[in-house]
Amino acid sequence: MYSRYARRYARLVTMPTSAPAALADVTASDSTLRRFLHGLPGVDAVGLEARAASLGTRSIKTTAKAYAIDLAISMVDLTTLEGADTPGKVRALGAKAVHPDPTDASTPSTAAVCVYPDMVAAAKAAVAGSGVKVASVATAFPAGRAALAVKLADVADAVAAGADEIDMVIDRGAFLAGDYMKVYDEITAVKEACGTSARLKVIFETGELSTYDNIRRASWLGMLAGADFIKTSTGKVAVNATPANTLLMLEAVRDFRAQTGVQVGVKPAGGIRTTKDAIKFLVLVNETVGADWLDNHWFRFGASSLLNDLLMQRQKLATGRYSGPDYVTVD
Amino acid sequence: MSEKTEKTEQQRLSVFKTYKLYVGGKFPRSESGRVYEVSDSKGNWLANAPQSSRKDARDAVVAARKAFGGWAGATAYNRGQILYRIAEMLEGRREQFVREVAEAEGLSKAKAAAVVDAAIDRWVWYAGWTDKIAQVVGGGNPVAGPFFNLSSPEPTGVVTVLAPQESSFLGLVSVVAPVIATGNTAVVIASEKSPLPALSLGEVLATSDLPGGVVNILSGRAAEIAPPLAAHQDVNAIDLAGADDVLAKELEIAAADNLKRVLRPQPVDYSATPGIERMTAFLETKTVWHPTGSLGASGSAY
Repeated sequence: MYSRYARRYARLVTMPTSAPAALADVTASDSTLRRFLHGLPGVDAVGLEARAASLGTRSIKTTAKAYAIDLAISMVDLTTLEGADTPGKVRALGAKAVHPDPTDASTPSTAAVCVYPDMVAAAKAAVAGSGVKVASVATAFPAGRAALAVKLADVADAVAAGADEIDMVIDRGAFLAGDYMKVYDEITAVKEACGTSARLKVIFETGELSTYDNIRRASWLGMLAGADFIKTSTGKVAVNATPANTLLMLEAVRDFRAQTGVQVGVKPAGGIRTTKDAIKFLVLVNETVGADWLDNHWFRFGASSLLNDLLMQRQKLATGRYSGPDYVTVD
Repeated sequence: MSEKTEKTEQQRLSVFKTYKLYVGGKFPRSESGRVYEVSDSKGNWLANAPQSSRKDARDAVVAARKAFGGWAGATAYNRGQILYRIAEMLEGRREQFVREVAEAEGLSKAKAAAVVDAAIDRWVWYAGWTDKIAQVVGGGNPVAGPFFNLSSPEPTGVVTVLAPQESSFLGLVSVVAPVIATGNTAVVIASEKSPLPALSLGEVLATSDLPGGVVNILSGRAAEIAPPLAAHQDVNAIDLAGADDVLAKELEIAAADNLKRVLRPQPVDYSATPGIERMTAFLETKTVWHPTGSLGASGSAY
């Protein structure tokens, strides 16, 4: 009964945001940008959460589950962002990214390893020749509290070391203060520093943006500034990726492509620990933006412990026995 | 006035108890939402008990694994105190258990009381053993060299326990207490026919300072829940006390896959003093060599 209700009103709840067709003019000045971002329709928080929750109730079993698990493994950005990271740990992580389950060669590789800029070279060497990409956080991650020159130097370092992808954080302070142009200029500057070799992921830290309206504005701001990916969080704050804020960002990339023809990827990060959660996100993707995004070029999971649970579930499906943490690597 | 009181008492509705599982220190219903009817020895309905699914078993193993580090790492003295506390709490709810055991096993009130007393004493008995078992099965080994060579018993890990089918309370306590006394954590499948004393024991454990997840109690069909537990790669041992011959064989084959320790079903008189076999069945011996001698002279202890 409830789900029928939700489906009937789904179109209203996820009504496409309407923005002016000429998006080029939007970023002409501070005031036009502000007018555009504040002109975006407000988010129906109750509807958004209800829709995210109802999509989370799908039952994905047997062959569909096996497909979803392999797809999710191939979308993982295997991440280590600790002060205690060593080259040895990064090498171990790289080996795991290439062969997540050494006992089963049919397991797909993960999409990328995600490390700090000074570990890019070590990571690059660890995954050489495997097709696994190296992503690097940059721009004074995770706080983003540094001068633009420092941030750009950080990015340049990572790109020079061979990073395929750059995960930047926006200046949340400027965003919350309403200084959208500053955030926009920073993203474009970082995009330029990435050059043609590296794709840019823009982290909004949705847990610090306080409202869904802000998340929608940040999503559009990031996409206008040239992000290749928009990413929820750093994983360093209390509230990370949730189904609701990821759904909101998926709606934003859908509407952005409808208006500009440019496809932008989405990466929920932090707090996704179980296969069940990951599959819920895949359902969100399929139901919101469709199969075009069901590929690790357009959708990623930023996670570290998620991979182990995916591998244990994969082993369970293959053998019929419940697996345990003794049978996956500790990292 | 007195007539009025009597009337109100007559009108009072009976309060039925909802028996629930005990997993991870919480009292969930079965994930499957199923229950089954439990009747007394004469076939009269007593209550509905949750009929666990394999997913409940999986959740119980996760809870038991999570609790293992803390429980195995607690001092033996502390474990003994907690086991004694369980006896204290049981003593306070003695009447309830006497009634439940009498109903479940068709015993007279006096015999049921004797069973419950024996079960309480069993907790005390194992409480005393927690810090003594290491001295009995471990110790210093004589070696021909400048070394200390020490063997100490270590808990095996997560133990699945199929509680005895007939002795629904004393039997249950007799198989669960030795498992946790030595620092293991347990996933217990209660007697299929009479699970109610076991489910009530969960309420006692929850109020006895026993960390959540150390004992997890499931009720339902052993033939349904036990095979996934026997095959589970994160379960380290299995006690087949409550399995019939056919099931025991099936479970032992499944358990061989990751070399679980298996305690085969055997005829046991649960009223007799138990001995230490059920404790040693789920202990592993760790032996370490400590160099001595010249290092001592340089000022280091070893």
